[in-house]
Amino acid sequence: MLTYLRRSAAQLVFVLLGIALINFFLLHLAPGDAAQVLAGESGAATPEYMEALRRQFGLDQPLYIQFLRYLGNLATFDLGYSFRQSLPVSELILQRLPATLLLMGTAIGFALVAGCSLGFLAARRAGKLTDTVISIVALLFYATPVFWVGIMLIVVFSVILDWLPVGGMTSVEANLGGLALVGDVALHLVLPAVTLGLFYLAIYARLMRAAMLEVYGQDFVRTARAKGVRLRRIAWRHVLRNALLPIVTTLGVQLGSILGGAVLVETVFSWPGLGRLAFSALFQRDLNLLLGILFCSSVVVVLVNIAVDLVYTLLDPRIELG
Amino acid sequence: MSDPVLAVDGLSIAFQTRRGPLPAVRDLSFSVGRGEMLAIVGESGCGKSLTALALLGLVPPPGRVTGGTVRLEGRDLLALDEAALRHVRGARISMIFQEPMTALNPVLTVGEQIMEAILEHEPVSRKAARERTLALLERVRIPDPARRFAEYPHRMSGGMRQRVMIAMALAGAPAVLVADEPTTALDVTIQAQILSLIDELRREQGTAVVFITHDLGVVSRYVDRVLVMYAGRKVEERDTRDLFADPFHPYTKGLIAAQPRGLAARPQAGPGPAGVARERLTEIPGTVPALAAMPPGCAFAPRCPLADDRCVRTVPPPRPAGSGLVACHHAGESHAI
Repeated sequence: MLTYLRRSAAQLVFVLLGIALINFFLLHLAPGDAAQVLAGESGAATPEYMEALRRQFGLDQPLYIQFLRYLGNLATFDLGYSFRQSLPVSELILQRLPATLLLMGTAIGFALVAGCSLGFLAARRAGKLTDTVISIVALLFYATPVFWVGIMLIVVFSVILDWLPVGGMTSVEANLGGLALVGDVALHLVLPAVTLGLFYLAIYARLMRAAMLEVYGQDFVRTARAKGVRLRRIAWRHVLRNALLPIVTTLGVQLGSILGGAVLVETVFSWPGLGRLAFSALFQRDLNLLLGILFCSSVVVVLVNIAVDLVYTLLDPRIELG
Repeated sequence: MSDPVLAVDGLSIAFQTRRGPLPAVRDLSFSVGRGEMLAIVGESGCGKSLTALALLGLVPPPGRVTGGTVRLEGRDLLALDEAALRHVRGARISMIFQEPMTALNPVLTVGEQIMEAILEHEPVSRKAARERTLALLERVRIPDPARRFAEYPHRMSGGMRQRVMIAMALAGAPAVLVADEPTTALDVTIQAQILSLIDELRREQGTAVVFITHDLGVVSRYVDRVLVMYAGRKVEERDTRDLFADPFHPYTKGLIAAQPRGLAARPQAGPGPAGVARERLTEIPGTVPALAAMPPGCAFAPRCPLADDRCVRTVPPPRPAGSGLVACHHAGESHAI
């Protein structure tokens, strides 16, 4: 266990170095820099003014110097300064990170619990009406674009039924505190989390059903039946635990894409998270901020993947760390 | 034999296909008494494993039992519903399987899996079940039971796992143990250990054993009676000693002759690779007919040296012969070959 964590930490350093490298050069491939955007926004600028801006931002240095400087800053947990927002990048990210983690966590939790339950149910009733209905619904969720689902949910639940808020994370009017604030955020969270989660729910439902049916065909299920174990217990104890293994694997792989999906959902629901911050940073050529966000999300994904590995060993005794 | 523990009468199993039912086991009858060991022998695909599963009501779809009765201690299992059947499985009749590698759940410890067989049938505490499980592990001669109890199957060898399977099957002290090729996947030395373990347990506990195998030689030392199946039918059933001394059915003769160092193996001279004379095994020519292309008469007729018109036209009915039954038109007259 300890050896594993130590090795993962060592790997983490290299992974992060690679991520920093790729992110940095990828973003510098895009034409234009912050100075150009700033100049463009102010309507007109002299070459001298642009030159001064670039010198001020360190943009006049050769690329590798900029990169080395960036790495040096990373090593001291300094993510740089956003010249567009006039705030340190780390501060901007820390403001937004909790909202995104909350949204992602809720969406994944919802997708996992609901998706696995539906898949479990479908597998136990394989070939019957319940199974057909679940499979069709899952296929629908799977095929529908996330932003469209989001807009439709807003139209139905916020506009027509007026049950849930249209967007944002808290109600603007009230200055709430304590439990009321939690309730208010939870209410705002429902639609974006469901929107983001539905697609993954469909994936987990389909995956769970397939995995369960595959496990049902295995010899040890026959053994369990031969010793007179109840069908219900076979499903929960023998089949489910084995069927969870591919789910956990998929979860680890998909975390990155869930973070990507969050950008879209945050935009639709004006959720004050990292996704929207990244989106605006991209259009404003705010490279420091963008790099910081990409780097932080990479760290989150890598860390969660280590956690997934640990969960995996808990579920499957055949897999050993070290 | 006084009151058999298990009596199978007219058992028929068919695969349900789009073109109608495809019979895989036809009109099979046999019975086993307390403490008796019966071997069901036949080539792959003769319906012996399907028969074994039918004894526990576990025939997998598209297979289905289409007729007959399976009486366990007087009760017809085929007439029971799933809930009632569950109480019988693992308690009164249990089964061990061919592949000890895949027959155990990889994510549960062997102790939990054996305990489950007790807890699902009896209202005992987990502690009591654990004690009994440890005793069972000891019983099947697994060293250091307390440590093995908490181990997962992948940590154990094939022979060990088969012992665990046996412990699991014996957990409810069943009246009948069905063993479906339990030694096929094991090394020869381990095979002998497992066989003598099963033999010892049935002697001590009086468990009736139905031993399914394709290998006559393996079981000849242990079983009381042998039932030979061919293409879904019983072709001969005799006391072991009689069968080996004087097989009636041409298929049985072929099987015995095909045994290496078998009782009736007929050595034929043949040059080995280095010019050394080697013993050549006799084989039965041809293959088992496919289920969909079963001949109208005796299924063995196409491969049989004695086959005549009658064999091709009509299925030979089983008739008494020596200590048992044989289903061959030529039985009795066939002693010449």
